[in-house]
Amino acid sequence: MITFLQTYGTQLLMKTWQHIYISAIALALGIIVAVPLGILLTRVKKIANVVMAIASMLQTIPAMALLALMIPFFGIGAIPAIIALFIYSLLPILRNTYLGMEDVEPALIDAAKGMGLTGWQSIIKVEVPMAAPVIMSGIRLSATYVIAWAALASYIGAGGLGDFIFNGLNLYRTDLILGGSIPVIILALIVDWLLGKLEAVVTPRTSQA
Amino acid sequence: MEHLNKTYPGGKVAVEDFNLEIEKGEFVCFIGTSGSGKTTTMRMINRMLSQTSGTIKLEGQDIGQMDPVKLRRKIGYVIQNIGLMPHMTIRDNITMVPKLLKWPQDKMDERAKEMIKLVELPEDYLDRYPSELSGGQQQRIGVVRALAANQDLVLMDEPFGALDPITREALQDLVKDLQERLGKTFVFVTHDMDEALKLSTRIVVMDGGKIMQVDTPDGILRHPANEFVENLIGKDRLIQARPSITTVGQVMLKSPIATTPGKSLTDALRLMHDKRVDSLLVTDEAGILKGMIGIEDVDYSFNSATSVDDIMKRDIFYVQSNSLIRDTVERILKRGFKNVPVVDDQHRLVGIVTRATLVDIVYDALWGDEEEDEESDNIHHGEDTTKAKANDQTGAEGGDQQ
Repeated sequence: MITFLQTYGTQLLMKTWQHIYISAIALALGIIVAVPLGILLTRVKKIANVVMAIASMLQTIPAMALLALMIPFFGIGAIPAIIALFIYSLLPILRNTYLGMEDVEPALIDAAKGMGLTGWQSIIKVEVPMAAPVIMSGIRLSATYVIAWAALASYIGAGGLGDFIFNGLNLYRTDLILGGSIPVIILALIVDWLLGKLEAVVTPRTSQA
Repeated sequence: MEHLNKTYPGGKVAVEDFNLEIEKGEFVCFIGTSGSGKTTTMRMINRMLSQTSGTIKLEGQDIGQMDPVKLRRKIGYVIQNIGLMPHMTIRDNITMVPKLLKWPQDKMDERAKEMIKLVELPEDYLDRYPSELSGGQQQRIGVVRALAANQDLVLMDEPFGALDPITREALQDLVKDLQERLGKTFVFVTHDMDEALKLSTRIVVMDGGKIMQVDTPDGILRHPANEFVENLIGKDRLIQARPSITTVGQVMLKSPIATTPGKSLTDALRLMHDKRVDSLLVTDEAGILKGMIGIEDVDYSFNSATSVDDIMKRDIFYVQSNSLIRDTVERILKRGFKNVPVVDDQHRLVGIVTRATLVDIVYDALWGDEEEDEESDNIHHGEDTTKAKANDQTGAEGGDQQ
């Protein structure tokens, strides 16, 4: 293991960084698009089912196929990988945002409106804080998915820890396979743990203790 | 607040040709069964719902022309599910509307303290969260939240429906007291007649989107407009209400012992002896009440006078048979009369109210007409059972919470 680190140490760090970079951008885009969209869907419930269906459909495309599909449109490299991963991250966030917002007690929304909060104030001050834990768990789920699938992104030349795994597979080198997959697992666990902490922070306090 | 007139047609008629004027400082209850349109009507006042036609005016201004958000900030709003924000402290909950109106922080803090004092809760509750308060305490906060920004009009939609009977009663007292002290106008939706009778200055009975009757609690009890209103009030309540709405004619003794002015004192004395009474009423041949003689008068003047006419007291206290017991009893008791003659419109003697009659009235009011009225007896027992059940339920709920 020490020899492995001596040989591939710098490369490992670089690939890990690439991996984080690809996943983080994809996830950030996913959050930026899916959270507002989820909130928006609660205001226009008629199209909510349609949008959800489309998002679910995108989710069913095999990861490899989706990555391969990116090549004719965006070529190879990090950008098509980020776009593909972004598409994958959408559904869990979108669904949890929608459900979380839907789940806010109607009485609270009624009270908020009745007291004279505007629609926007009601969303910011009441609904989003109440839905925050559910939205966060959607983000956590997406984050682990994205980190895992980012390993496949190496297939279309995006780099990342997937490079080790694919090289290892091609060369029958178990050390390379493990050297790629173990960091991916650790990365996913750390991110999940960190987001879990964040979830606790954004969960609104409802008691003094 | 003046001239509320709304119609709400369309596929399903929720409220139909509703006309009502509410004065400042009134406590108006909308009562009716589910689907009677009472909540719908109330929610149109702060534009949570919009009417299909008709106008609502608040202090002469058409609310349809006002910004709904600004309108709602001027109107207190209390709902059945309380609707306190679980992620905000009690302080923040109370000052929600003042904050929207951008009051300065120190004024809001002061207001929060003032408000919590108003509902008799300790000041350190301000830093607690709603989940740390009992249901009754939460709704107290719900009530003052609706008053915190000096709203003159408060809408309440079955605010105490989910509370146990004891808590509910305490809150009713509180709301009534606040309304009387602060002079606010309340529009209160309920399906509980006891609540409506207790709180309101006027009751609006609704059914199928239409107003059945608008009257004071007293008026509703005394003259239910139709069968629906009667049923809503309930038979047992009508019977209970009887002491306050029965007339003297219904409880008086029907055959008073009377004599005529021309009779001699000997005759009068004999009549008293035969009937075992100590006084006689005096009427003329047509039955018109003329006066009264007592045994002491007979005794005192037996030798000097000859006829009843000479000694009878002409200026006596009497009551009309159609006057209300409630208005009469107190006068009778205060003046210390033993007997009070009852006359009809033509001043003809029709009966007498004795102190024994009063005993009957009080007795009936407390225990019902047990001897005479089997049916009402049953109803009273039925009610006792319901109360017992309600208590059981609260007990069970308490157990669950633990």
